[in-house]
Amino acid sequence: MRIGLFVPCYVDAFEPEVGIATLELLERFGLDVAYPFDQTCCGQPMTNTGCHAEAAATEALFVKNFAPFDYVVAPSGSCVHQVREHLTAIPQTEEVKAVRGKTFELVEFLHDVLKVEEFPWAEFPHKVGYHSNCNALRGIHHARPSELNKPAYSKPLDLLSKVRGIEIVTPSRPDECCGFGGTFSVFEPAVSAKMGYDKVSDHSRAGAEYVVSSDSSCMMHQKGCAARIGVPLKFIHIACILNGVSA
Amino acid sequence: MSAEDESGPRDRLIHPDVAKPSDEGERGQDGRRLDHAEATTRPIGAEPKIKAAREPQPRGARIRGNRPIDQAEAAERFLAAPLHQKAHDERLWDLRKKRDTAAFGIPEWEELRELASAIKAHTLSNLDRYLEEFEANAKANGVHVHWAADGADHNRIVHGILKDHGAKTLIKSKSMLTEECGFRHYMAGTGIEVIETDLGERIQQLDNEEPSHVVVPAVHKTRFDVAAVFAKTMGTDPENDDAHYLAESQRMHTRPLILEADAGMTGCNFAIAETGTVVTCTNEGNADLSGNVPKLQIHSIGIEKLIPRIEHLGVFLRLLARSALGSPITQYTSHFRALREGSEMHMVLVDNGRSERLGMEEFWTSLKCIRCGACMNTCPVYRRSGGLSYGATYSGPIGLIIDPTFNKRKYSTLPFSSTMNGSCTNVCPVKINIHEQIFAWRKVLAEEHQIPLLKQGMMKAAGQMLSRPAAYRAAIGAADSALRVLPRFAVYNPLNTWGKGREMPDSPRQSFHNWYKQNRMDPAKAAKTEKGGIE
Amino acid sequence: MSAREETLARIRRNRPAGSHPLPDIPDFAPLVGDDLVIEFGERLKRMGGRIGSPEGGDAFASVRERLASAKIIASAVPEIDGNRDLSQVALPKDLADVDVAIVRAVFGVAETGSVLFTEEELKVNSVAYLAQHLVVLLDPANILVNIQAAYRRSDFASAAYAVLHTGPSATADIEGVLIHGAQGVRSLTVILLPRG
Repeated sequence: MRIGLFVPCYVDAFEPEVGIATLELLERFGLDVAYPFDQTCCGQPMTNTGCHAEAAATEALFVKNFAPFDYVVAPSGSCVHQVREHLTAIPQTEEVKAVRGKTFELVEFLHDVLKVEEFPWAEFPHKVGYHSNCNALRGIHHARPSELNKPAYSKPLDLLSKVRGIEIVTPSRPDECCGFGGTFSVFEPAVSAKMGYDKVSDHSRAGAEYVVSSDSSCMMHQKGCAARIGVPLKFIHIACILNGVSA
Repeated sequence: MSAEDESGPRDRLIHPDVAKPSDEGERGQDGRRLDHAEATTRPIGAEPKIKAAREPQPRGARIRGNRPIDQAEAAERFLAAPLHQKAHDERLWDLRKKRDTAAFGIPEWEELRELASAIKAHTLSNLDRYLEEFEANAKANGVHVHWAADGADHNRIVHGILKDHGAKTLIKSKSMLTEECGFRHYMAGTGIEVIETDLGERIQQLDNEEPSHVVVPAVHKTRFDVAAVFAKTMGTDPENDDAHYLAESQRMHTRPLILEADAGMTGCNFAIAETGTVVTCTNEGNADLSGNVPKLQIHSIGIEKLIPRIEHLGVFLRLLARSALGSPITQYTSHFRALREGSEMHMVLVDNGRSERLGMEEFWTSLKCIRCGACMNTCPVYRRSGGLSYGATYSGPIGLIIDPTFNKRKYSTLPFSSTMNGSCTNVCPVKINIHEQIFAWRKVLAEEHQIPLLKQGMMKAAGQMLSRPAAYRAAIGAADSALRVLPRFAVYNPLNTWGKGREMPDSPRQSFHNWYKQNRMDPAKAAKTEKGGIE
Repeated sequence: MSAREETLARIRRNRPAGSHPLPDIPDFAPLVGDDLVIEFGERLKRMGGRIGSPEGGDAFASVRERLASAKIIASAVPEIDGNRDLSQVALPKDLADVDVAIVRAVFGVAETGSVLFTEEELKVNSVAYLAQHLVVLLDPANILVNIQAAYRRSDFASAAYAVLHTGPSATADIEGVLIHGAQGVRSLTVILLPRG
C-alpha cells in the first residue's frame, strides 16, 4: 500500500512536528509513505472565498502530485474536506475523481481503513479537551455532531481512548466553532477572535491542560487567542499524541 | 422576600396576579420554574444593574444606499458592547440547548425533518397547482384573495383595502413578510397608524429599529434598553427596568389600541391548500386578537408557505416550536379559514422574488424555510454579531442565502460572514443545506465580480503562487524563515488583521519540507531538488 | 398580465428539476404513557397552564375564589352561569371588561397539553383573548394522544376558526424573562369535567 503524504501549508510552515509525527506514525504500521516534493496546497483558501477559477491550477497540481498513490493521507480534516467535496474547479476526469476518492484525513484513515486497535507506544497522562474542526466533524463525519438525534460516535475519541493515561474533559459547548474559518479569520477578525477567546476559555473552564485536534489551522488560531487573553492552555495535534510524543 | 418588598414602583401598574417570583421567571402550578415560550432555562440578564455601568445599545449595520453591507464593522461595534454581547450569546445558546433537549425527546426527530423537507420540496415543485387550490378554497370560504407580485404591490393592495373601509388604525401580529415588504415604512406616509402587537416587535417599532431575529425581534436589547424606549414613548418610569413592569405597561398601553383598531393583520406560518386555511403560531395570542377583534382582517402570505393538507401540520408543528424555542408547541396555534359573523377577510398571496428563486438550481430549497430561527440561535457568528449587523430583513445563516436573492450587490458581503461550520444545516427542521448554499453563493458572487477587487486579486495571486512549487518554495524558503512571509501569505491579507486580536504563531526552526529533505532524501536527490526549487 | 398570472407563469417556468413525490406520513408511536389525563396535565403545567382539581364534589373548587372576586364572568357553558351573555355581544371588543371566561374545549392533546376551540365553543372568539382569565372545561374522554391524532379530526376543515391553546398568553421578549398575560389571558385553568 503506497501512501502519499499531504502536508498542508500551515503544518509545513508552523507545525512541522505534526507532519513528522504523521509520517512516523504511518510508518509504524509498516506502510510505504512518500512525500511528493512538489506539493503546495489543496486550493481551499481560494475556493472558500468563492474564487474557484483562481484555484484551478493549484487543484491540478494536487492531483498531479497524488495520482500515483493508493491513498492520500493528510493530518487535516479541513483540507481533506476541500479535496473530497470541493475540488471541482478542474474537469472531473477519472484521475481527478480517483484522487478525490482516495484522500483521507489521518484519523479516519487510522480508524476506518487501518482499523488500528492499539497504540502501545502512546502515553499521555494529561487532561485534554478535544477540538473538532467543523469540516472534520460535519463535512467528513469524524463524529456525531451535537445537533443530530442519531447514535453517538467519535472516531478521534475512539483513537485517543487507546492512549495510556489520557483523560478527556468536555467543554460546555462541545462542538462550537472556534472562529478560525479560513479566510474568515482575517476578513472578519473581531468576531473570529471573540469566538476563539470563548472557545479557549470554555476548554480551560472544563479543566483541560491541552487542547487536542486533528487540525492545526484551528489550533494556530486558538493558540494565538489563548496567548492574547492569557489562558494557560497547551495545544497539540492528535498525530503527535498517537505517535507517542511525551509531553 | 416577597415581590412587593423588592421594588416599589412596579406596584403602581402591575396586575396583582403577576407576582414576581424570586428570579423573575414564572413558576408552574407544581412550583417548578417554567421555561416555555422563548423563556430562558435560567436567569440570563445584562448585569450589572448599576446605572453608570450600563452601556448604550449598539446599533446595526450602516445602510449606505446600494453599497455592500459592512457586517464585520457592525459586528465589531456589537462586540464592543460586552454586556449586550454576552447576554445575547447566552440567551440564544440557551435556546439552542432547549432545542436539543426537545429534539432529543423525539425518537423520530430526524425522520420528521426528512418528511418536512420532502413535503416542502413536493409543494414547491407543484406550487402553481397548490396555489390555485388554495385560492379556490379560500374564495369558497368567502375570503377575498389578492395576488401581489412584489412588496410594493402588497403594500398598495393592503393600503387599498384599508382605504376602502375608511380604516385609520391597523393592529398586526409579527410577520417577517411584511418586514420584507417594508410595509410599516410604506404605511407611515398614508395617515393610517400601524400598531405592532407582539411585544418584541412593538419594542422595535417604538425604537424605530428593524427586528434583529425572526422569532425574538428584540433579543439584542437589554431590559435597560427597553426601559429607555418605553420611558420615551409610553411614559413609563425610566428607572424601572423590571421585565414584568415593562411587559405589563405595554399590555396596558396596547390594549385600548387593539380594542379601537379598524383592522387587524397577521402573517402566516402555514397555508393549507386543501382548506384555504391560514395558520399562525404565536405565544402572546396577538395574532388571535388581530384576527378576532376588528371587523376587517387581512392575512399576508408568502407563497412558499403553502402545504398540501391539514395532516401535514402534524409534521411541521412538531418541528417548529421545538426547533425555535425548545417547546413542544407555541401557546397558540390558530387556524383562520373562513370569516366570522360580521367580518370581512382578505388574504394577500405575495411573490416578491420567490417564484424567481424557485428557478435557482442551487438555492431554491431555501424556500422551504419555516422561519424558526434555529439556524440563528446556533450560529456562533450571529450570536456574537447581533442580527442588526447584517443590515437585512433576514439575518443569520438563512439570511446569508436569502438576502442576495433580493439584492446581489447590497448583500454581496453577507455570505462571507460565516465560518461555514455547518451547525445551521444540522438544526434546520426542513433540512436546508444552509452552509453549502453559503459556499455556493460565494462562488456565484466571485464569478459575477460582486466581491471586492482586492480580495479577488489576492486570491488570484495566491492561486498563481500555490500552483508553482518553485515560486512557492522560493517565497517562503528564501528567507529561511516561513514566518516572515507565510503569516501574511497564509492568511492572504495585506493588513495585519490576524495580529490585531491574536498572537502570531511561533516560527519553527525549519519547515516540514526542509526537514524531509535533510532527513529523508538522499543528498544527491535533495541537492537537485534544491536547485529546482530556486529556479 | 395580472400579478396572479405572472406569478403562476414564473412558477411554471422555474419548476425545480427532479421528482419530488409527496411522502406518506407514518403513524408515529405516541410519546406519552397510557394515562392520557395525567400526561395531559403534566404537559399543560409545563406550558404554564393549570389543572383544577375537584374538592368535596365541587368540580369548580379550584376557581371558586377567582369566580367570587370577578366582576364580569362570561360563560359559554351550561355548567356555570355568568353575568355577561355571550349571545348578546354586539362587538368583539365589548368583552374587554371580562374578568373570567369559561368555555368548553372540543378536545385536549396529551403530547402538548393543548385544548382546541372553534367558534362554536367560544361563541365570540375574542372572549378567549380579551378576558383576564380563562377557565376551560375538558371531558377526560376527549383527550387525544398527540398532535398527529388531532390533525386527523375534521374540526379543522369545518370550523371557520379553530385554535389550539396551550397554557396562557406568554412572552419572554425582554431578556428571556417569562411573563404570562402578554396580550391575551393571564391564566388558563383546565377543569376535567365530562360533558353533561
